[in-house]
Amino acid sequence: MSTRLPKKDVVVVGLGWTGSIMAYELSKMGLDVVAIERGPWRDTASDYNIATAPDELRYAVRQDIFLRPAQTTDTARNSMSQTALPIRKFGSYLPGNGVGGAGVHWNGHSWRFFPSDFNLRSHYEERYGKNFIPDDMTIQDYPVTYDELEPHYDFFEKVMGISGKAGNIKGVIQDGGNPFEGWRSDEYPTKPLKPNLAQIKFEKAAKELGLHPFPLPSANISEAYTNPYGLRLAPCTYCGFCEWFGCANYSKSSPQTCVLPALMRHTNFEARTLCEVTRINKTRDGKMASGVTYVDAAGREFEQPADIVLVCAYATFNVRLLMLSQLGTQYDPVSNTGTLGRNYAYQTNAGVLGYFDKDTHFNPFAGAGSQGMMADDYNGDNFDHAELGFVGGANINCNTPHGRPISARPTPPGTPRWGSEWKKATAETYGHTQSVGTQGSSMSYRDVYLDLDPTYKDRLGNPLMRMTFDFKENDLKMSRFVVDRCEEIMKNMGPQRMVKTYKRGPWNVVPYQTTHNTGGAVMSSTPDKGVVNRYGQHWDAPNVFVTGACLFPQNAGYNPTNTVGALTYWTLDAIKNQYLKNAGQALVQA
Amino acid sequence: MRAQILAAGFLAAASLLGAGQARADADNFTEVERGKYLAILGDCMACHVGSDGQSMSGGHMLETPFGRIAVPNLTPDPETGIGRWSADDFNRAMHEGKRPDGTHLYPAFPYTSFTLMSRSDNDAVFAYLQAQPAVKNQVDRSTLPFPFNVRLLMAGWNMLNFTPGTFRPDPNKSDEFNRGAYLVEGPGHCGLCHTPRNLIGGDKGGAHLEGGPLQGWFAPSLTADRRTGIGAWTEQEIVEYLRTGVTHRSTASGPMAEVVELSTSRMTEADLKAIAVYLRERAPAPAASNPTPVAATDSRMRAGEAIYLDSCAACHVGNGAGVAGIFPRLADSQFVQQGDPTGVLRVVLQGAKAAATPHAVTGPAMPALGWRMTDQQVADVATYIRNSWGNAAPAVTADQVKAMRSVAGGH
Repeated sequence: MSTRLPKKDVVVVGLGWTGSIMAYELSKMGLDVVAIERGPWRDTASDYNIATAPDELRYAVRQDIFLRPAQTTDTARNSMSQTALPIRKFGSYLPGNGVGGAGVHWNGHSWRFFPSDFNLRSHYEERYGKNFIPDDMTIQDYPVTYDELEPHYDFFEKVMGISGKAGNIKGVIQDGGNPFEGWRSDEYPTKPLKPNLAQIKFEKAAKELGLHPFPLPSANISEAYTNPYGLRLAPCTYCGFCEWFGCANYSKSSPQTCVLPALMRHTNFEARTLCEVTRINKTRDGKMASGVTYVDAAGREFEQPADIVLVCAYATFNVRLLMLSQLGTQYDPVSNTGTLGRNYAYQTNAGVLGYFDKDTHFNPFAGAGSQGMMADDYNGDNFDHAELGFVGGANINCNTPHGRPISARPTPPGTPRWGSEWKKATAETYGHTQSVGTQGSSMSYRDVYLDLDPTYKDRLGNPLMRMTFDFKENDLKMSRFVVDRCEEIMKNMGPQRMVKTYKRGPWNVVPYQTTHNTGGAVMSSTPDKGVVNRYGQHWDAPNVFVTGACLFPQNAGYNPTNTVGALTYWTLDAIKNQYLKNAGQALVQA
Repeated sequence: MRAQILAAGFLAAASLLGAGQARADADNFTEVERGKYLAILGDCMACHVGSDGQSMSGGHMLETPFGRIAVPNLTPDPETGIGRWSADDFNRAMHEGKRPDGTHLYPAFPYTSFTLMSRSDNDAVFAYLQAQPAVKNQVDRSTLPFPFNVRLLMAGWNMLNFTPGTFRPDPNKSDEFNRGAYLVEGPGHCGLCHTPRNLIGGDKGGAHLEGGPLQGWFAPSLTADRRTGIGAWTEQEIVEYLRTGVTHRSTASGPMAEVVELSTSRMTEADLKAIAVYLRERAPAPAASNPTPVAATDSRMRAGEAIYLDSCAACHVGNGAGVAGIFPRLADSQFVQQGDPTGVLRVVLQGAKAAATPHAVTGPAMPALGWRMTDQQVADVATYIRNSWGNAAPAVTADQVKAMRSVAGGH
């Protein structure tokens, strides 16, 4: 039996980046907002204390701030002919948990997608012909353009205080920035992080090869900054405890440093933590959402009615919640019907590791999650694909995120995994290796998708979500091509030895790869191609809005966070300026 | 039901008839609003806030040097609050420190300052309090140990420490100065914390606003001394500090964070300016104590520097400059250089959270470091920051740290 609670104007599912931004902006307008968050409350002072935050065993090895599979997990398989099994220890990707979500533990790579990423299918068809895109590749245009998102990218960057160097301000190419990026209305809010030896070597090597290196736009902030919400960030100390850690120095943009203290001042906002939303409820006629049902830590079930339901959890959990709520039609790859679960995509990452001489000291212990030098010459459609026979690209990065004592132990191939030989090798190579890697795009395909698992359930009896995914030849081919370019750069950086690693299938859930899971509830210009319209509004329930990377029809050669943020502000703009004036109405006619 | 309504109506009429002149009228919007602002000036909420976090229904225990005392319920509940008080009763409490029955209040309630408040201001505060929703919350007012539980003793205390007063503006000073004086010495009751106490908890004679320890913290000097007081602060810096809780010089934390959040950040700009004018012009600097800094070569300083670089420099920066707006500056910091190291030790051992105000939303925190440092290490790093980058203050001993741990925890 669930307890029915008094109605709210807005219920937000999940209090990470998008949930906290939505909650802040809507409660600021005077709406009565409640956010329901599966994990615990977390703030910098109590949870990321400088005296305890850099604990690699606790956070990086034992995954302290991540979702525990015992609470919920996904099942995985590589193809439709296999039986999926549950992930019992998260590996390939690590879903965040608790207030702040993945915005707490990210490295802070802060990218805008290219303008052509938003009209990918029509762009390729126009440039390379109708037959260039393989039949089973289900990529599609976003129903929103880069130009429409630009002001929202800009504002989100200002909320985060991103450190970087613009490459294109209103169409004018800027020295030192990324000449391939879409136009920007403004410079980055803070200057780039300082390059270290690795980045200086990379920059020189890349330039000599005719490439266009530039500093990685970073959410590890380079200098003191006050954001538009009045929150303050402090300069990054290059401590190297970013990815998988909360920042203790108020230097990493996160909901905690950029939004939550301002949000919590709003007396018409309430956060309910350790409460898991299990259903979006529908009105009797099934045409709207009536609110959500959630279960608290004591196992009590509550119904929270609301006029607007904002689905702001992690990408895959948003999709699962829509599936559990039977909101939308499940995608079926055989009959090619339905949209929910369609166009799941991931990321295709690989690279080259260089072993340098003993006099080359990279000092990896002084690093930051987003300290890097980049080249985008082989990303997006910045190079001619006509003869290459693949769609997509990858950014090339020379990053120095950390040199942490447990995990940063690169050893040459053939070194034993333990014992005195291993110790000797780690002592010899620590500080003298550097990678040049890629963050590659991942296209969407007819038989790569998400649905509810027919067998496995979570502790509450709800089916787990099943991922059917493998790396496809198009993406592997793209990756090999760009990794070969990495090798050329690395060679020019002068290592004694190089180890090149191509991405290979099948996808394996064990080693960490990336937490950039995208799609499954994609935005589309017509209801037959996606779950939500161009404003993130659900095609089948106009008072439900969905945020997050689940909206992406395919994944670009970039990290997703800024596009997620820009789309959130875009949706907010539509809610504020259109939806609230005509509540209950679809903003796009089907 | 109808009978009850009639009875209530009758009682209301009776009390109106008995009210005589229209003092402290809770129905008078202007009066209530004025009282609301005066309650902000007096920071009533800081002590009287109830467990609901909203009302002034009291109940929490206030630490005093003489024991713990529960804060009374100020809501108009007739049984457990001050619903039966008259404006005269309230004025007497504020002006003379006495309850309606004539017994004495304890000076944890700052009537020693409030005595300077005018009758009309007291009436406005009372009107505001009476206009709030009544909250039933029975507060045990007899928690002090013997002999301090004998309220009659307070008669003797008052004889030594208190004379009911009236605020007298200085005709040779500006209106702004006099407004500031009224705010600081009257409703603002700054001296309750910033004036050192004598042995029986009264103001230490001749040391007005020279700073003193309380509740395991240290309220810094507000004198014109440049090293330990506000002598080097500009008027605008004082205003900014009180309004936002943070300037490039200092960050409000501990009990002052509460004062800024609940009181000064809500004051008008004119009042903040008046306070700044008064504090700056109030009195010349007392005879300066200019201790010689502990030499950088001293072994305690060397040990302290090593700890500082490991545990402090990431935020407070190598030269003690801090980061504007978020991490307090330690160089040329008054808080750091107080003669009594209580404040610094408290922050190092137990950590602190800065004030969060609408103008400085983040409210950054300093982590507790006491658990991973020995008494000697804490003493050394405190000695180091108190005597580096131009700072000078007495060295800190391990015994002082040990004593502080027993007050503040931080094991």
